[in-house]
Parts: sequence; C-alpha cells; structure tokens
Amino acid sequence: MSEAASYLRGQSLFARAIRGILQSPKATAALIVCLLLVAAAVFAPLLAPQNPYDLAQIDFFDSKLPPLSEGSTGITYWLGTDTQGRDMLSAMMYGLRTSLGVGLISGFFALAVGTSLGLVAAYSGGRLDSFIMRFVDLMLGFPTILVALMILVVFGQGTWKVILALVFVQWAYFARAVRAAALVESSRDYVEAARCLGLSAPRILFAQILPNCLPPLIVIATIQVASAIAAEATLSFLGIGLPITEPSLGLLIANGYQVLLAGVYWMSVFPGLLLLLLVFSINLVGDRLRETLNPRLVQ
Amino acid sequence: MTAFLIRRLVQAVIVLIVTSVIVFTGVFAIGDPLEILLPADASMAEREQVAESLGLNDPLPVQYLGFVTDALQGNFGRSFVYNRPATEVILERLPATLELTFTALVISLVIGIPLGLWAGVRAGSATDETIMTGSILGFSLPNFWQGMMLIMIFSVTLGWLPSTGRGETGTILGIETSFATWDGLKHLLLPAINLALAQTALVIRLTRTGVQETMPLDFIKFARARGISSPRILFVHVMKNILIPIVTVIGIEFGSLVAFAVVTETIFAWPGIGKLIIDSINALDRPIIVSYILIVVTMFIVINFCVDALYSLLDPRIRVSAQ
Repeated sequence: MSEAASYLRGQSLFARAIRGILQSPKATAALIVCLLLVAAAVFAPLLAPQNPYDLAQIDFFDSKLPPLSEGSTGITYWLGTDTQGRDMLSAMMYGLRTSLGVGLISGFFALAVGTSLGLVAAYSGGRLDSFIMRFVDLMLGFPTILVALMILVVFGQGTWKVILALVFVQWAYFARAVRAAALVESSRDYVEAARCLGLSAPRILFAQILPNCLPPLIVIATIQVASAIAAEATLSFLGIGLPITEPSLGLLIANGYQVLLAGVYWMSVFPGLLLLLLVFSINLVGDRLRETLNPRLVQ
Repeated sequence: MTAFLIRRLVQAVIVLIVTSVIVFTGVFAIGDPLEILLPADASMAEREQVAESLGLNDPLPVQYLGFVTDALQGNFGRSFVYNRPATEVILERLPATLELTFTALVISLVIGIPLGLWAGVRAGSATDETIMTGSILGFSLPNFWQGMMLIMIFSVTLGWLPSTGRGETGTILGIETSFATWDGLKHLLLPAINLALAQTALVIRLTRTGVQETMPLDFIKFARARGISSPRILFVHVMKNILIPIVTVIGIEFGSLVAFAVVTETIFAWPGIGKLIIDSINALDRPIIVSYILIVVTMFIVINFCVDALYSLLDPRIRVSAQ
C-alpha cells in the first residue's frame, strides 16, 4: 500500500511514522536502541552498579582499573574505572542522563520558539515576516558550534546557559520549516473557513494550521535533538560546556582524553561509543522519518 | 540588483556592529584580566598601574569607543598574554588553519563526490544503502572523539603518524606551508582527515541528491537516445549540473570548517586560530577573544554576502523574490 493511500485513509501521523520505521529493519533496530538508551538513562539510579556521585561508594584505590577488573569491595567493573576510581559503566549511565536531558530540553525549547516565530512570520507576512526570516537566514549562515561558543564566552558557563546557547542556534531550523509549511497551509480553504467563522488569529495558527505542519517539524526535531547532544558534548569537551558537577558524555570523554596517551583507553573509548550509538541511532530514525513523512516524497 | 546588494551590505554592517557591542560587553563581564596577569602578591599600586596602562579603569562606553576607533584602523588592542597586537597574533596563526581547512575540503571532495555519484546511480541498491548509512554514521561521529580515536589507532598503537603539532614547514612560492616537507605532510594528515569526515558525509548526500534529481530530466534521456556512453553522461552531463549546488554549499561550508577547526586544533595541538581562541578563553585574553570573534564573523558575513550576490547573479528568481 502506498503512502498516499494511507494518507487518504486518514491514518494518524503517529501511525504513519511508526509504520514507516517498522518497514525498515535498520530504522527499527535504531528505534529499539534509542528506547533502550532512554530507559537506561531514566532508570540509571536503579540500574547502575554504583552511584558515581556518592563518594562513599567510590574507592580511590580502584582508580584506572581496566575493564572486567574486580574492585576492592568485590564489585566487578565491567568497563573499568576512571582516575577517581569510579565505575565507568555507572558514570556513563549518569552521563547519558545529562546528555539526553540537555538534548531533549534544548530541542523542546528550540521547537517551541522556532515554531511560534515561524507561524507568526507566515501568518503576518510583510515587514515582520521579512524581519524574522532575515534573522533566520543570518542564524543559518553561521555554524552552530561557533555561535554556541560565542554565547558561552559572552554569558559564561552553566547547564542552563548551554541549553540557552543550543536553543539560540537551533530555533532557526524550526522557524524556516514551519514558515514554509504554514505558507502553503494558509492558502487552503479550511483556513479561509476558520477566518470566516471569526476565530482568533492565535487559534487559527495553533489549532488549525500547526497540526498540518507537524510532519516536517517531527523530522527536524529528531535530527536537532541528535545535533544538540553532539554539540553539547563538543562544548563540554572544549571545557566551555557543562560544569564538572554534572558530567555529560562529552565531559567523560574529555577526562579520558587526559589519560589516553598513557594507555587508559577505556575512559574515552566507551563513553565515545555510547555517544556515537545515541547520536547515530537518533539520526537513523530521523532519516527514516524524513523518508516517510516528507510530503514531497509521498507519491 | 544594485539595490539588493546595497540592502545586504547595510544588513552586514548592522550585524557587525551588534556583534561587536555584545561581544565587547559580554567578554568584559566574564572576568578580571588583572587576576590572571598579575602575581597573587601584587600590591594595590601595581594593580592600579597595570589597569591604567590597559585602560581597564575607564567606563565601558569609553572603552568601547576606543576599541571601535582602534578596530576601524585594524588595531584590536594588545593581547594580555602575548603582549603583541591581537590582530598580529591571529593573522600569524591564520595560515595554519587555512592550510588545514583547505586540505580537509580537498579530501572531502575527492572521497565524497565519487561515493555520492556511485550511490546516486545505484539508488535503492545495497551499495547505495551502505554508502548512505555510512554518511549518517559520518556526521553522527562526534568530531572530537573521532580525532582521539585516530590518534589512538594511528599514533599510539600503530605509530605511523605523529599526533600533535604542525611539524616542519617549508616555503612554496613565498608561502610557508606544511606541503613543502614530508614531515609537515605527515603532521597534516590526521588533523585533516578528522576535519574532513563530517564534510565528506555532506558532500556524499549533496552529490547523491543532485544525481537523483538530474537523472530523470529530458536532456539525459536525449543524451541516452543519442547513444552517448553511460560514463560520459554521468561525468560530463550530470556532473555539470550538480556542480553548481555543490560548489555553493562548499563555499558556505568552508566557513564552518574554519569554525570546526577549533575542535580539531585542540585535539591535535595544531597551532592555528582555533587552538588560539580556546587557549585565550581559558586565559581570559580579552583582546584576542574579541578580535577572533569579530574577524571570524566578518569572514562569515563576507562569505555569505558573496554567496548571495553570486546566487542572485546566477538565478534571477532570487532577486525578484527579495524585492
């Protein structure tokens, strides 16, 4: 059955997205990995062998043990320990929590800000529209990492400042996509009908037009969460991201970098692989969603 | 056309002014350079003297005006750390960064275009699937971690290539470059590969999309009907049509390579402007930070302006829609 047929049969967006993913074994596997990683992050306090923030559970004499070593308390360090004697596996699960949290929160706010501005631009037109879109063009002209670096240098560091920087560099992608979709929708009859019924502009925008702009938004949101996670890791690695009290995967890798040349490979290889797995699987899901939901590809 | 260009030019100037104000005030707020520059046991009088000589005691607007006046003359102040004009320090390091980004760009084109063509021609096949999944993997790989793995594999384990620094440089046509010596090339290879990887993924996708959009067009069908060989159609007829978007995107992406060089240079201790900015952030070397940001922002504005101008020359529709 073609995509168009399912579209005509009025299948919900969510059903179409899921069905599209399930049709591709690669995307299905990626989705399962994503869900497993989210579960590992959410339930880290229950699943992790050790609480890496609890100093009482950490034995300094167990520092830099290679993978599969046994610690002084009889605990097995599956992926080795770091320079402080922390279990790498536990540190990684908590790091995953931080990375995912920052990625999802900044993705959400970028979505909210970008969608609102994009809708306003499309609906109002004229000067406001061209002002917003010039700003969008300007933002998209600069690389993410450079703008984020500038913001963090100017405003200082901290978790919320990193999120602010990520939102600031990402909202433009949403705004551009929503505006393009909303411009098409605005000329449709149902919007005309809504106007004739005397519905207020916000109601037309958010209740009538927005739901029809969702497919490109979902795709961009997926890819932007992945890129936010990668960007946060990069910033933390450069030492201008998250504070060391909440080590994300990027910071764990940065710590591992200090001892990489000394042969302590597990401190950077494993967190890096986890980060790669996370970003890669989100991107694979996003790529499949793009193929399934992109109206241009629906025949 | 002229009106379009003038409007863009005015916008560019406004962006530059706004950036300079934000950056200047922001960087001023993040720390006290005296804390870094003076020994801990410096007396109040010494502090005063240094603050006075650096102009740190004047009110912010006065400092900013002085800064703008200087900046317009190409003088961004003296680096606190190097005690030399900031612009001089940055420009001295720029060739190393440009050399790195240029090499990365060449690598990404040499690898990316053939793979993209291959995937595009065999669209839907297992080859295509593998190349495209590989390209997603390529831009999912965190740049900094991938660089560390390159060091671990090729420098630490195999011992084939050096992991840090720029190595020996020689002079070709009056330009000092790593291309001139074998040692320089060996030092350049790993950082360039590191920087090129994400870019290669992008080139692959662009090329593949281009091939897929061009193949169904009538002129390709005619070329086939005329009995032109498949390789010639691909490399001459299709290539000509997909090169325009590729070249444009690469123009823009050259800038982001310079930005991403920050990461690569930090990992490989490459003495370019990217490593300089990170070192300067850590040392709170205000003049360097401010001038780096302004120089790079200017560079981007110039690149974007050129791309816009080029586009509106090539495609009249853009000019009309911008009216």
